[in-house]
Amino acid sequence: MEPIIRTENLSIQFGGHRAVDGVNFQMQAKHFKSIIGPNGAGKTTFFNLLSGELKPTEGEIFLKGESLADDSSIERTRKGLGRSFQITNVFPNLTVLENVRLAVQSREKVRFNFYKHYLQYKSITNEAVEILGQVLLDNKVNAVASQLSHGEKRKLEIAMLLALNTEILLLDEPTAGMSLEEVPAILEVIRSIKEQGDKTILLIEHKMDMILDLSDSIMVLFNGKLLADGTPSEIMDNETVQNAYLGGLYDEQLIKP
Amino acid sequence: MDLFISLFINGLATGMLIFLLAAGLTLIFGLMDVLNFAHGGLFVWGAYSGIFVYTWSGSFIVGILGAIVTGFVLGWITEKLIITPVYGNHVQQILITLGFMLVLSECIKVVFGPNSIPVDVPSYLAGSWEIGEVIVIKYRIFIIVIGLVIFGIFQYVLKKTKIGLIVRAGVMDKEMVQVLGINIKRVFLFVFMTGSAMAAFGGMLMAPYSGVIYAEMGMEYAILGFIVVVIGGMGSFSGSLMAAILVGLAGSFMAYYVPYLSLAVNMILMAIVLIFRPQGLFTNAKEG
Repeated sequence: MEPIIRTENLSIQFGGHRAVDGVNFQMQAKHFKSIIGPNGAGKTTFFNLLSGELKPTEGEIFLKGESLADDSSIERTRKGLGRSFQITNVFPNLTVLENVRLAVQSREKVRFNFYKHYLQYKSITNEAVEILGQVLLDNKVNAVASQLSHGEKRKLEIAMLLALNTEILLLDEPTAGMSLEEVPAILEVIRSIKEQGDKTILLIEHKMDMILDLSDSIMVLFNGKLLADGTPSEIMDNETVQNAYLGGLYDEQLIKP
Repeated sequence: MDLFISLFINGLATGMLIFLLAAGLTLIFGLMDVLNFAHGGLFVWGAYSGIFVYTWSGSFIVGILGAIVTGFVLGWITEKLIITPVYGNHVQQILITLGFMLVLSECIKVVFGPNSIPVDVPSYLAGSWEIGEVIVIKYRIFIIVIGLVIFGIFQYVLKKTKIGLIVRAGVMDKEMVQVLGINIKRVFLFVFMTGSAMAAFGGMLMAPYSGVIYAEMGMEYAILGFIVVVIGGMGSFSGSLMAAILVGLAGSFMAYYVPYLSLAVNMILMAIVLIFRPQGLFTNAKEG
């Protein structure tokens, strides 16, 4: 089967440093893959290359067999590749509902007929409310986004990503900066998206228990190189991976629950 | 008391006219960080073309429509020709829009002649009501009502429509609106043209109010417009109404009680706001 997304020798060089170095990866549709690796391994850079924030020095990305080399990040979103950011990114003075509405309506072209589309306005609102239910924010619909807790903002951000309705979701550390009490809820949200079964999800995380719980497969990045890619049990038993982490480059966040 | 009410109504009417000018400015700045000093030029062009159509057709309403159409068209030309090449560069924006402002003013003289033109209030809006001791000039009430109606319409569009949501979000964070895949340039062109049409409409309403139009009036009102944008908070639509009324009232009362301060009072207001509340009086960080 044609992978939904794959990369060929994907590399980027910043000065003398190859942050991502010849990565060949591929993913089937509706698969859940996590990316692990110590800090500075190139995980977020890899995401930035996929989403189009950065241009590769070498190599190419293919979405359903089609090269994305000439597509901006906006065009990639339109083609089905949506990403979340490591830092929360919501409109602070809009309400939760308005934030999601904006993402829902961004799927269509900007048109200037304000008066006619009252019914459509309603259907957009309904869709936004439904998505907010899915991320467990339905009790905060009319709250102003700046009043939310950090964890709620991350949920809102995921809701906006869902509202873009892309086939592939790139989730960059959804639990970053969260308090321990907030983590289970976000885990629930991601699990429910996975169980809905229509999304291909690529997740960067440090919380190993969460990764083992959710992932169909795990890929390991190390110094920008793809070190291993396999099922969770394969990765846990992989000697290269163990050596990479235990050989002085051990990252305590990786194994801490 | 009657004097107070007269001055109050006078100030309110002036404030509404300044609001029509400033509302476009504040959204143009808020949405795309564009400093548009040519905005006053659209105000004068609205006045001249509107009065031209009014004289030709004999109908004030048709004249207003003429001014609005002129505003839209000139707004489109200005955005495409003058603003697009200088996105993101404030120095270039100030230079080229100031230059374009001068070009617009001079073109007025070429097209309509260099002399100022007297303008009468249409007969059905002329005259005044006497309520007790107070004489209320009809045309001022007309301006106040129109200003409030325009404010209401725009408030509705901003709060209750899809495009309004995009504009408010864009004022907060235009990069992120683009990340969502929304073509903000298209929205901006729309805002720019609408703002220009509002300015032209304001100019047209101003003409019978001041009784005379001349090519340089654009610059004078543009300065008031910028003061209002600063006082109200850059990008704040409702703030621009409040600030415009404040400026209008201050001008009206000062001109009567402390005439020698009447020109300075707006500058003083702006200086005070910049010192104590630089984000603007009526804004909690750009709520729109």
